[in-house]
Amino acid sequence: MELSLFPRDMFAELDRLQRQMQQVFEFSPSIRGMASGRFPPLNVGSTAESAEIYAFAPGLDPAGIEVNLDRGVLSISGDRKSDLPHEDAKASVHANERFGGRFHRVITLSDDLDPDSVEAKYRDGVLHVSIKRLATAQPRRINVN
Amino acid sequence: MDEKTAVARELQAAELATLLPPVDILEDATGITLYADLPGVPKEKLHIEVDGDTLTIEGEMDMRMPDGMEATHAEVSVPRFRRVFTLSKELDTGKLEALLTQGVLKLHIQKAQHAKPRRISIQSG
Repeated sequence: MELSLFPRDMFAELDRLQRQMQQVFEFSPSIRGMASGRFPPLNVGSTAESAEIYAFAPGLDPAGIEVNLDRGVLSISGDRKSDLPHEDAKASVHANERFGGRFHRVITLSDDLDPDSVEAKYRDGVLHVSIKRLATAQPRRINVN
Repeated sequence: MDEKTAVARELQAAELATLLPPVDILEDATGITLYADLPGVPKEKLHIEVDGDTLTIEGEMDMRMPDGMEATHAEVSVPRFRRVFTLSKELDTGKLEALLTQGVLKLHIQKAQHAKPRRISIQSG
């Protein structure tokens, strides 16, 4: 590596790097919770009787959310309108962090779920999908003739 | 720092851990409009505070989970949001409107009357 002609430059560079690192850590871990990954973030839980899925998707029209369960694979899709103004509008944008556009998320669940008893509710911008488990086959005694 | 205080600090840190809500911020001639994503936060658990030139938005999620539920996958693990902004002088914090719809906060802050853009007429000399 070639040394800088002006050692000061190197220190300035180090300083800049350090500030950048600091910035990253200042936001962490909070920003990682929501901003990283895809939209919407999902939480999944399970009880003895059901699987519970929570999708953190604020600002949607409930009628436009599509939820499908096909052989243990749950997909959630929809469209999220952007609140940003059109380009010709006389407004300036200072921050643009919120997700806008179409989204589609797929999650594999266990295969003991009943596709006929899926319940979906949308409240305070969180989509909650609850899927009941199939009644487990009861052990049967087989008669031998 | 002994072990006890270290544990206490850790607990406190966990208690205070918050998510940084993503925002969109727009400005036009009338003022500033801020949109913040706060999924799971009901109106009753959202607090907006202006202290001097500091705007603080805090919200807590209120989600009913079934009894005995075990989390198997979590992308959102902290149930609180918090974000602080510094306002500039030309904003009139007395004229602040907040609307929360399905987890999206829309906050409009008007510009003080004297700070709105005026067209300056130029006279020829």
